[in-house]
Amino acid sequence: MPNQVPECTDAPAVPPAAEWFLPRDSLQALIECLQEDGYTVIGPVVDQEAITYQVISSVDDLPRGWTEEQSAGRYRLVRRDDEALFGYTVGPHSWKAFLFPPQVTVARADRSSDGRWEMTTPEETVPRHAFLGVRACELAAIAVQDRVFLEGPWVDPVYQARRREVFIVAVHCTQAASTCFCTSMGTGPECRTGFDLALTELEDGFVIQGGSDAGHEILERLDVAVAAPSQSAAAGSARRQAERQIRRHLDTNGLRDLLLNSLDDSQWDAVAGRCLSCTNCTMVCPTCFCSTVTDVPDLSGDHVKRERSWDSCFNVDFSRMSGGVIRNDVRSRYRQWLTHKLASWHDQFGQSGCVGCGRCITWCPPGIDLTEEVAAIRSHQEPIP
Amino acid sequence: MTSSVSDDPVAVGRKKLAVFKFASCDGCQLSLLSCEDELPALAEQIDISFFLEASSRIGTGPWDIALVEGSITTPEDEQRIRSVRRQAATVVTIGACATAGGIQSLRNWADHDEFLRCVYARPEFISTLASSTAVADHIPVDYELRGCPVDRYQLLSVLRDLIRGRTVRLPRHSVCLDCKRRGTVCVEVAQGIPCLGPVTHTGCGALCPAFNRGCYGCFGPSAQANTGSLIRTLAEGGLPEARRVALFRSFNAAAPEFRIDERAARSDIGSSGTGRGELS
Ligand code: SF4
Ligand code: SF4
Ligand code: SF4
Ligand code: SF4
Repeated sequence: MPNQVPECTDAPAVPPAAEWFLPRDSLQALIECLQEDGYTVIGPVVDQEAITYQVISSVDDLPRGWTEEQSAGRYRLVRRDDEALFGYTVGPHSWKAFLFPPQVTVARADRSSDGRWEMTTPEETVPRHAFLGVRACELAAIAVQDRVFLEGPWVDPVYQARRREVFIVAVHCTQAASTCFCTSMGTGPECRTGFDLALTELEDGFVIQGGSDAGHEILERLDVAVAAPSQSAAAGSARRQAERQIRRHLDTNGLRDLLLNSLDDSQWDAVAGRCLSCTNCTMVCPTCFCSTVTDVPDLSGDHVKRERSWDSCFNVDFSRMSGGVIRNDVRSRYRQWLTHKLASWHDQFGQSGCVGCGRCITWCPPGIDLTEEVAAIRSHQEPIP
Repeated sequence: MTSSVSDDPVAVGRKKLAVFKFASCDGCQLSLLSCEDELPALAEQIDISFFLEASSRIGTGPWDIALVEGSITTPEDEQRIRSVRRQAATVVTIGACATAGGIQSLRNWADHDEFLRCVYARPEFISTLASSTAVADHIPVDYELRGCPVDRYQLLSVLRDLIRGRTVRLPRHSVCLDCKRRGTVCVEVAQGIPCLGPVTHTGCGALCPAFNRGCYGCFGPSAQANTGSLIRTLAEGGLPEARRVALFRSFNAAAPEFRIDERAARSDIGSSGTGRGELS
């Protein structure tokens, strides 16, 4: 990571958290800086009637003037009455797809004519991604997956190789969706750590903060000025607006024990009547990390690819063992999901598996809301006197 | 690690394959024939003894593997499928007709005699059953490959596994998982397009949603499909009852979890359940 001395030597030494101002028409320069450094920039793009994360080449690809409405089981793109580039919240995609790819070949085995098998790890050019527009809950989700894939006894080489190369441009939320509850999970809406740069969008530009040496190095190449107090104040109030808009709440008080002591609660039956076991909640969740590994031979049987694909505890065969399927009804699968996310994740990784992004609420076709499920279980276990 | 050639199940002796057709459009057999690149290799590894769509050779049983396309719609079919079962070690049904009764199972909801009178000048010459049913309703089936038509790569991989004595793995999750793996944005949630994906069996790679259409349910019900909940969701989303019925009345209409009648398509029933198809 290059860490040059600032060219502008008469500028005062600036502490890392200092705020700068990037004029609106200089955002393109930021994208170009990243591209010059060899990054493929991934950012928000309107596609398939939603704001998705895809490769972008310029600011023109960004969702200028778009936002969305979200509620349980429903998402709709909506026009804004301004030209905001980041005036939306989180959508159907998450950054995990770029760090933990949905499908990847992890090994190959080939049998030569003398009958000898050779196993190889496929060579790959690791993509060098810059993420543009990462929200606070998403930074937290990346940290959760870092814990899972990098900080346990087994390091995942696929994740590790990609993660090392990532440059993160975070964007502070200035509005919240009805499904957001990051405040309950202590993850947002303000970006505090885990970014290289962080932007707060204002009408005429961005208040920008560096969060790493790499971030400061990019700042030095940009046409930024120290943010005026009025600009910093405007950014602060925009960020507080997001916080004020958050309505959803998850009571995390004693949550682990509450759930693990409620394994026979009637709510699991009630939710099983609604749940389609379709896997959507786990797929959109930015922290879910499960996968399945399949050996795929060709017709000759001499060449085998070992493929890893996203999998989910809602897939009936996810719990198939030698004796059969362990979680053989929707009730036990929903219970697995909720108790893993909110309870046993603490035992496994010392934190919650939920960052409060609300994706599982929006993208659940029947609109099952985990905050409501938890509240129902709590009301059964802790009846109001 | 080495393995000597004598371990090779193919070298020990080629298995014998037969392909049978019942009431169907032949599309699934064509799926096998359209594996042009793989067919020569397949023919080396398996003895294609009976496959009228491909060859005039009429080999006799017993067979190691029988692929069965089509549904059971005549008294003669009922007899013939039993004879296939008696002569085949492994029976694999292929396609929506064989696994669920096919589009022709729409007759199950109609007056069969009236159809005969309308269509045929001399209905007394026609000998058919009043219903179109899945092969598994008549004989034990070892593996069911769903889809209208089947996925030819899945068909090939099952044949490959059977040839080599490998465990056959048939995923049975919903189409939604495949949508998400390929990055498709849910058309149901983002656009309100009715989609059968949450209760439909994997196999197509989530084709239709990737082209901005709801899933038509070609691969039939996924494991433990909660059809009742999806119907309530569609009703709450404003889809009228007639359209809810029509959604399920296609290639897999007679699959137990998709077998809804007008009463069951109402949104007010089955408000709780175990997650098994409650409307079957
Ligand atoms: S459980 Fe739901 S709200 Fe929590 S991080 Fe996952 S998708 Fe977001
Ligand atoms: S909730 Fe399910 S899919 Fe997600 S990480 Fe846990 S077991 Fe895996
Ligand atoms: S909770 Fe919703 S999204 Fe998750 S499996 Fe059940 S129906 Fe699907
Ligand atoms: S588009 Fe259909 S199949 Fe795909 S995720 Fe949505 S409901 Fe499931």
